[in-house]
Amino acid sequence: MSIDIDMAEIAQLFIEESEEGLATMESGLLELTMGAADPETINTIFRAAHSIKGGGATFGFTEVSEFAHHVETLLDEMRQGQRQVTQAGVDLLLQSVDCIRDMIASLAEGDIDVTRAKELQVDLETMLANPAEPAATDNADPSTSNAPNAEPGATIGWSIHFKPHAEMLRSGSDPLRLFRELEELGPLDVVVKGVDELDFATLDPQVCTLAWAISLHEPAPREQIEEIFVWVVDECDLLVDPILAPSTPMATPTKPKKASSNGPDSGSIRVNIDKIDALINLVGELVITQSMLSRFNGDFDFTQLPKLRDGLSQLHRNSRDLQESVMAVRMLPISVAFSRFPRLVRDTSNALGKQVELQLTGENTELDKTVLEKIGDPLVHLVRNSLDHGLEIPEIRLAAGKPEVGIIALNAYHEGGNIVIEVVDDGAGINGEKVLAKAREKGLVASDEQLSEDQINNLVFMAGFSTADKVSDLSGRGVGMDVVRRNIADLGGHVSVRSQPGIGSTFTIRLPLTMAILDGQLVRVGKESYIISLVSIAETIQSSADKINQVAGQAELFQLRDVYLPILRLHELFGIEADSTNIDDGLLVVVEANGQRVGIFVDDLQEQQQVVIKSLEANYRQTQGISGATILGDGKVALILDVPGLIQLFYNQNAAGQNPTPAVAGF
Amino acid sequence: MTATPQSEIALALDASDSGGQYLTFMIAGEEYGVEILRVQEIKGWETATPIPNTPEHVLGVLNLRGAIVPIIDLRKRFNLESVAYGPTSVVVVVRVSNDDQERTVGLLVDGVADVYRLETADIQPAPDLGGTINTEFVHGLATVDNKMVILLELDQLLDLSSVPDATPDASAPDEAETD
Repeated sequence: MSIDIDMAEIAQLFIEESEEGLATMESGLLELTMGAADPETINTIFRAAHSIKGGGATFGFTEVSEFAHHVETLLDEMRQGQRQVTQAGVDLLLQSVDCIRDMIASLAEGDIDVTRAKELQVDLETMLANPAEPAATDNADPSTSNAPNAEPGATIGWSIHFKPHAEMLRSGSDPLRLFRELEELGPLDVVVKGVDELDFATLDPQVCTLAWAISLHEPAPREQIEEIFVWVVDECDLLVDPILAPSTPMATPTKPKKASSNGPDSGSIRVNIDKIDALINLVGELVITQSMLSRFNGDFDFTQLPKLRDGLSQLHRNSRDLQESVMAVRMLPISVAFSRFPRLVRDTSNALGKQVELQLTGENTELDKTVLEKIGDPLVHLVRNSLDHGLEIPEIRLAAGKPEVGIIALNAYHEGGNIVIEVVDDGAGINGEKVLAKAREKGLVASDEQLSEDQINNLVFMAGFSTADKVSDLSGRGVGMDVVRRNIADLGGHVSVRSQPGIGSTFTIRLPLTMAILDGQLVRVGKESYIISLVSIAETIQSSADKINQVAGQAELFQLRDVYLPILRLHELFGIEADSTNIDDGLLVVVEANGQRVGIFVDDLQEQQQVVIKSLEANYRQTQGISGATILGDGKVALILDVPGLIQLFYNQNAAGQNPTPAVAGF
Repeated sequence: MTATPQSEIALALDASDSGGQYLTFMIAGEEYGVEILRVQEIKGWETATPIPNTPEHVLGVLNLRGAIVPIIDLRKRFNLESVAYGPTSVVVVVRVSNDDQERTVGLLVDGVADVYRLETADIQPAPDLGGTINTEFVHGLATVDNKMVILLELDQLLDLSSVPDATPDASAPDEAETD
């Protein structure tokens, strides 16, 4: 039983590592330049494919390892310079990467669909069977090097040069075992080198100074040989050369290289050791503070009061630091979300016949893992949208006097307590007239309503809206942008767009750094306390009746410097008792959301504090104007105001022209 | 006490075929019962934090060891007259599931009465009381010591998703103007 569990854990490890390997392959494939590929890049791709194959075989996922074997064979030919790196080849390999990814993803369910793998396998075999044109630098005899490696043709054996690194023995790898395995393939000649230099007086039995030259007199497939060395390949210099009639030695140095550590979403996260160390230090400090405070537990007299105060303030500092560090553990760089875009942009622009350059900046900006996982899909949608609707085809770009190659930029940076992600394109921009006409046609905007340019641009986020002339595979169905906006709103952020016709569009996403903790301002209305997120508060002012104007006897506007702010009376909106309804007695908290500003009328400001956000939905349900709840120091529950939702509620009620009367449930 | 696992609830439901234990409580002189395995805990009444624009019977939310739990006033839920909350007023915290979501909900009742073991045969189906009274949240009736006990169908009674929005005009169609 326990063995099974262990295997499941190891298999999970394999799945996670494979995902990393696939990401490495993918990014490597995208880096390849046609015709003149960098050998090191091909090697990296090859190694990743090889590990997946080896791992797959080890854990009994034969479907994966078999398929990966074909991929590896193709890569091997490219690596050896026997095959040109062609667009067709890279495309096929990219498809294969997707296929392996699907297979590994379905491993979790234990049900592998091999139909796609079979199809691709046929494609791979076809490509392998076609005589490949060798790479330009190839000086080998074409008749031998054209032959696919899986069938070595004129190869009569292998010459293997194996030089372990000094520390290889320490990792428990035994050269003898490797040779025995090799021997199973065919007769061996093994010559050891470096024995003469051994000095028994200074010999360290754990350090390997020897090297071996091995001749295998059997035309076994190269993969079989490499598979034997797969566990030590990072710890030795290994050369495997075919022994041919006209010998063509091909050096295949295999240097150890770390795979990229940016895996896709998974249940576990990798944390920088520095963060863990910082955490341990903080816990140490906390323990010291605790022991210092526990001294007061026995006999306490008032002379010790200053010391107690010191201790408490130290505890306060410790817990705040600790909290920050723990949150930092969950923070991951946004490059995890960005990494999928080079591939996406390449594939999509090819499909659309557009030339696009993708620029990524601020990839190291960190944000919470949960936010990161959920921002991926909206980002993909925005980028696809820019590719499809934004950027023009090369001819039109040239005609408009723009460079042929369009630019899509993804920028991430911190601003205040938020992370800002921008999707910028230098395409045609949003056609305001078309958008407005469409909105009127769909009845989303009244025909006599006048909208500002920004308002028109932001119409694209409304449900059922699309201006694409034709429905494409990518976009144009009119679902999407509203989903993007909703997804981002669910994360507590918001998205807006700025656009200039002919120059381009910029979509800006603002997200809170974390969804678990919020810097809040407590406000009091009557007996109730509410929390307003500090980032949405612009300022707080003392209101006075002489600055209030009544519009049509209903809506109140407050003159703040040279702008007029609508006043949102929280007690009216929530139907609760306030200390006073006189505008002179309370305070106005000026909040801003989605570019709108209102003044929230409250009785009093209380303290500012960090609050832990608790879901209302878990046991109740979503309530408009409330984003969650928290527990205050005295154990009481306080509701957290959702400023955008609150403003919406306020406008809707104003539009209805009446105060809400809570409906009695209908059951 | 941790959350009752789903399987345990399922067990309780299975067990109800051959009867089971019921916790009963009083509301306006009548005795109501709920399956005891649905009950997570019983706690004294303390003032809840009201949630704006909710139906009157949702008193608000309480902090139950870190979880935010809504409190339902069963008197108001049954459209009975309210009474001042007294020292015997208690909150019965129960677990309900609707729409594949498990929720923890507190029921404010006049007082806890007793725990009975009832066989399936003891439980009569709810009689049809005519259109004026909704009986879908009554699981059945039982007689204990010549008293009637009304067994509640909690999932029906506390289906919060069907609670109508208190501000029906606050929904999407007006979005155009504010965007």
